[in-house]
Amino acid sequence: MIQPLTLDQIKKDKEVVVVEINGGWGVRQRLNQMGIHPNDRIQIKRSGAMGGPILIQIHGIEVAIGRGMAKKIVVK
Amino acid sequence: MNKKKIQTISDKKRQDGSKHPQIVLVGQPNCGKSTLFNEVAGYRAVTSNFPGVTVTYTRSHIRIGDRVYNIIDLPGIYSLTSLDQADLETQRYLLSERVDVIINVIDASIMSRSLELTLQLLELEIPMVLCLNMIDEAKRKGIEINTEKLSDKLGIPIVKTVASKGKGVKSLFEEVLKMVYFGKKGKHIRGNRDVELVIARLKRILTQNLNNEIPFSKHLLATKLLEHDRFFENKVKQIRPELMEKISACRRELAISHGRSSDEVINAERHALSMSIVEQTCTVKKPQLHWRDRIDEILMHNIWGYLFLVIIFILFFNLIFRVGSLIETPMVAFFERAAQSINTQLNPELLYTVILTKIFEGIGGGIAIVLPYLFPFLMGLAFFEDIGYLPRVAFLMDTFMHRIGLHGKAVIPAVLGYGCNVPAVMGTRILESPRDRFISAFIATMIPCAARMTIIMGLVGYYLGGNWALMIYLLNLIVVALSGTWLSRILPEVTPGMVLEIPVYQMPRLKIMLRKTWLRLKDFIIIAWPLLIAGSAILGLIDHYQLTDKVNHMLSPVTVILGLPAEVGTTLIFGVLKKELSMLMLFQALGTTEILTVMSKTQILVFTIFVVFYIPCVATIGVLYRQLRGKRTLFIVGFTFILALILGLLTRGLGELIF
Repeated sequence: MIQPLTLDQIKKDKEVVVVEINGGWGVRQRLNQMGIHPNDRIQIKRSGAMGGPILIQIHGIEVAIGRGMAKKIVVK
Repeated sequence: MNKKKIQTISDKKRQDGSKHPQIVLVGQPNCGKSTLFNEVAGYRAVTSNFPGVTVTYTRSHIRIGDRVYNIIDLPGIYSLTSLDQADLETQRYLLSERVDVIINVIDASIMSRSLELTLQLLELEIPMVLCLNMIDEAKRKGIEINTEKLSDKLGIPIVKTVASKGKGVKSLFEEVLKMVYFGKKGKHIRGNRDVELVIARLKRILTQNLNNEIPFSKHLLATKLLEHDRFFENKVKQIRPELMEKISACRRELAISHGRSSDEVINAERHALSMSIVEQTCTVKKPQLHWRDRIDEILMHNIWGYLFLVIIFILFFNLIFRVGSLIETPMVAFFERAAQSINTQLNPELLYTVILTKIFEGIGGGIAIVLPYLFPFLMGLAFFEDIGYLPRVAFLMDTFMHRIGLHGKAVIPAVLGYGCNVPAVMGTRILESPRDRFISAFIATMIPCAARMTIIMGLVGYYLGGNWALMIYLLNLIVVALSGTWLSRILPEVTPGMVLEIPVYQMPRLKIMLRKTWLRLKDFIIIAWPLLIAGSAILGLIDHYQLTDKVNHMLSPVTVILGLPAEVGTTLIFGVLKKELSMLMLFQALGTTEILTVMSKTQILVFTIFVVFYIPCVATIGVLYRQLRGKRTLFIVGFTFILALILGLLTRGLGELIF
């Protein structure tokens, strides 16, 4: 099986599109609250040192997403 | 039975404070809602806890013309979905308390996400005014909003404001007042036909079956049930469990026709709706670049970010403690002189004099904590909060705090603890989840504050050398990390990780910072200060009735276990009152400042380690109680006491091997 590409693997300054959110109700809702949905365009602004969080820009807002959470966001 | 109970509770609540119209502020975090509140609220504004939980909201009376209104600032929420405690409480408030008008504050520079909450609030069917805040920010981003068109679409009045500069606030409240008297509800915004049909069907079912039992909008209930929201689901389950089958059928229908679960369908629908409203009412031009867009290149950088973090905190602490001690020293001297003059004026043998002097000392002690340290400290905290630096700190520290089971933001109270535990415990409020607040308050109380530093330096540093003092700090760090890890293991987190908005930097306003600081100071004044005064009076009584020996005897189990002289007993009680007192009283109790003549090196080490770890001081206990309530405060008191005993015992064994 091919591992899907997830947000945590994306390099700084790249732009990706959310394919799906691989998580339960809680994860989906929390990301939904921040305005992150499938088909949304995400810009990666920064990737924290030593397994730190990822800073993204979406709909004009900057959001920090912890590594664990980022692994659940499938992108292309 | 159940039905009746629910109704009577909500009826009773509705009567509370019904004298004045209730205006409620609702909005997403960082939308400037609290800034708006502080702009209009009086200095008598109070923070209250929701019953039974640590989530707080702020309320105040405001006077407009000759009428008084209640204005309530609910915790910021991103949506009406019950994900955490703040969401739940805000929801519960909106659904069961009396709300005459909602002011929905939104950050105009991020319209599409903000409108998602607005759409849900409209479903509540409560009169509402939309406040487009931070309109200057939106302009800078090149966003022009056609308010007439937007107001027409949503069916509610819209006012543009810049709360941080006080602009537009007056016209906002003019609209709000109109709403109080001629309240009109907004429109339901319709989306895709097939989704609307399912919502409408479910709404009909709910209206037919639950009309009297559930006092709020069935439209909202229908969409929330389709979103699998547990809070609403439980409400229905309690009253009409048999309805769940029909609800599931509706969910399935949506899931099958759209190929994903019904909550995703509703979310996507709402997202698309708000995007399309934005497209129709806003135009976006080229944004103007601003210095704020560049500053994160440094402050959030993987290397420079950490460097600046350390520098900023060192400067902050130095500033506070330099300035603080400059003010504290003369202040303490003044109160000592004053206490002495009371003693000489009145007969020092009289009980009355003793109590009066001690109360006076307690008052003085409070002032000597509040003015020099707490006030500048809370001002600094408010500054970092308002400028928007704290989320950046959380971003940088997330990876470290993860290792002890917390996330980034929790580092702030811990660092603050090195100054004074009182503001550190108060600082845990910046964390969203009650569990994180508890763990970080627990950690914060174990951090050696400035008072404990004087003991470490004055005893261990002075008699055993600087390296030993450093060792105590290291030991403390290890114990704190281990205890933190332990506690977060037994309280596993439900949220899967950090998702934190990093807002743009804002220029803080002095007025708002002072308001915030005052609200927090009030907590200290009401809770901790009286305890300090009472404690001081009790110590006076012990002294007056010559109970010192009895106290020493009572504490002899502790002193015997630790192998300390019995006279040390009372100093431990003084230490709970104010940490640095345990050292000063040690000199008094032993009758000498040449401690080495009466205590061995091991005993000094054991005493210091015990005092560093055991029971937080009264002021800290006070704010702990305010924040966490009795059980958890008791846990911290008990835990630190046992921990200190164990560590003291270990040190005793180790010391006897070394010295």
